[in-house]
Amino acid sequence: MKRDEILKKSEKFRWEIGEDFHDSVIESIYDEASQIADNAIEGNKNYSRLDLKLDKILTSRLYGFPIMLALLAMVFWLTIQGANYPSKFLSYILVDFIHGQLITFFNILSIPDFLTGLIVDGAYLASAWVISVMLPPMAIFFPLFTLLEDFGYLPRVAFNLDGIYKKVGAHGKQALTMTMGFGCNAAGIVATRIIDSPREKLIAIITNNFSLCNGRWPTQILIATIFIGAVFPSYLAGLVSAAAVIFIALFGISLSFLISWFLSNSILKGEGSAFSLELPPYRPPRFWQTIYTSIIDRTLIVLWRAIVFAAPAGIVIWLVANVEINQVSLAKYFIDFANPYGLLIGLNGVIILAYIIAIPANEIVLPTILMLTTLMLNMTNIGSGNGVLFETDSVNVTADILRLGGWTTLTGICLMLFSLLHNPCSTTIYTIYKETKSLKWTAISTFLPIAMGIVLCFFVAQIWRIFIG
Amino acid sequence: MQENNSNCETCPAHNLNNLKKLGIDMSDYDYVVALAGNPNTGKSTVFNSLTGLKQHTGNWPGKTVSRAEGGYEFNSKKYKLVDLPGTYSLLSTSTDEDIARNFILFGQPDATIIVVDATRLERNLNLTLQVLEITDRAVLCLNLMDEAERNDIKINVRALSKELGIPVIPAQARQKIGISELISAIEDVITGKFVCTPRRLKKYHSKIERAIDEVSKDLLSEFPNLPNARWVALRLLEGDQNIINSVKTGEIADLLERQKQDVINET
Repeated sequence: MKRDEILKKSEKFRWEIGEDFHDSVIESIYDEASQIADNAIEGNKNYSRLDLKLDKILTSRLYGFPIMLALLAMVFWLTIQGANYPSKFLSYILVDFIHGQLITFFNILSIPDFLTGLIVDGAYLASAWVISVMLPPMAIFFPLFTLLEDFGYLPRVAFNLDGIYKKVGAHGKQALTMTMGFGCNAAGIVATRIIDSPREKLIAIITNNFSLCNGRWPTQILIATIFIGAVFPSYLAGLVSAAAVIFIALFGISLSFLISWFLSNSILKGEGSAFSLELPPYRPPRFWQTIYTSIIDRTLIVLWRAIVFAAPAGIVIWLVANVEINQVSLAKYFIDFANPYGLLIGLNGVIILAYIIAIPANEIVLPTILMLTTLMLNMTNIGSGNGVLFETDSVNVTADILRLGGWTTLTGICLMLFSLLHNPCSTTIYTIYKETKSLKWTAISTFLPIAMGIVLCFFVAQIWRIFIG
Repeated sequence: MQENNSNCETCPAHNLNNLKKLGIDMSDYDYVVALAGNPNTGKSTVFNSLTGLKQHTGNWPGKTVSRAEGGYEFNSKKYKLVDLPGTYSLLSTSTDEDIARNFILFGQPDATIIVVDATRLERNLNLTLQVLEITDRAVLCLNLMDEAERNDIKINVRALSKELGIPVIPAQARQKIGISELISAIEDVITGKFVCTPRRLKKYHSKIERAIDEVSKDLLSEFPNLPNARWVALRLLEGDQNIINSVKTGEIADLLERQKQDVINET
């Protein structure tokens, strides 16, 4: 048959040409490219001395990492500091003012209390909280990040971390996807498409969750301020809490190395493959356009997603806090049930319920915790009633509520660790499924971090109780 | 009357006036134009200035991992522009390179714009040559000319165009310079006003060249309607098991057709 002949012939040719076929194709491409370029270029053929000088500093063995840490710290510090006031302002408008107006409005229309609660106290307030907490940090973090990106710094980060990732058997480009994860894990996971080998891509996907995402920063910052900064004298408090947050972030990065190493030596065995990363030229970022596009493309899209998830979650919170069996709310049943397990790992029942409700969006963990805590303590004078999400106007009130709820420094530490190490949000899980098309890997990516979180928090809690009390 | 005035038509101002940015409105397009290039060459900037869209541009490789599409209208023809992921080559097997290669190969765009960084011509030409291996109609957009000038790099555009056999348009996409010339060059290539004679790799090992020739000739006699026979031959010589099987079962034409449909349907 003719077809078999074709195949036989090509087989024969393949042997004649030899194994280096692929290489010789590439070689001839390079040869020809350099010849054409040589003919077409006149004048300066060795260019970019300034680039080289800058690269020598930014990617040097000595300064590379300190500069990276300093830039990271600066971005976070600007985000933490800058987000404070607009957050308060937004919460004043959305939570204090419009919420009250809506209730009045619903009352005038004599809409049943049940519906008012569900819509205004549940869906609306959850969304309002998410906007006031998330929008300001995102509107600062994303443009700053994008400026660094446009300048050309991200490939240098990848270059710096490439060696470590390769040593642990992963792909150097994982440094890029990990950095993206600091904004949003779902975005980081989509970005793993730049990684060629399926094995390394899987490692990058599974470990992306160790990058603290945008939705988790507010929790980290607030808890660090209340439970860690407060232990120190006030002139040190700010610095110490910022350091605690950076520590958690760095701990996450270390875990991503560790788990990558573990995976590439067990279920995803293999060597890290070589890749050539072109360090692109530095370019002065176009400031205003960057601000514009990063707010439109990133901030608003991520925010919209959060609101889409927050509204139904708000309804769920309101329902579990208000639907009662034998005059005890569903929330209380669950919290009482989960409390002993929570305490075992340094947390409590409230936190566990909050993490279940907040699976769709990490952003609403903290408001859910506050609401559930007041509910358990029957603190009717704070907040507006059962199942109403609220933002407290000052850190002190939050601290008081949590302390009354039996929180200690240990609870704070364990919550920070658990916030780093728990299941990804539902969008991320769905994105993982879309990228891997495999239930098995989706499940591993989902349950591995939460298992690690439980184990780590358990040991921290036990050791803390033995030595500190 | 304007049609008769050929002076007007060659004037860039005329072109820009005739350019209608259609954003994401791509209904009833007449032509499909692919946008290929290395990462960090300003591909997305070219895309944005043609379509009027505000796709985010970034200075790191792998920014565009999937395809973006937009449209523009020029001389009352509608063009659909497909922004492919930026890649260094079309040879390896990563997802982004697959997307780029499959689109050019199977999506059969009416023309392909290759955006290159004028300050890194040699490296960028690697991809250019690979694109020219699998398509006949292409335009080279020599972007970032201002940076090249700042660094005293002078490029002989005419010579380059002659070497490659396709139009070469110097541009500074950020400043919207060269965009109108690019649009007319695309039109010229599609309408056949400029006949491309794309540079094919001559310096393949002569043995390889002979093998490709023979195998593709055989393929064409067995499957007369096979598009991209040369490419199939190359894959056979490389030992691509998928392609070998589909030649054995005779499904190869179907496979290519399916690929084409996939590429077209993919959003």
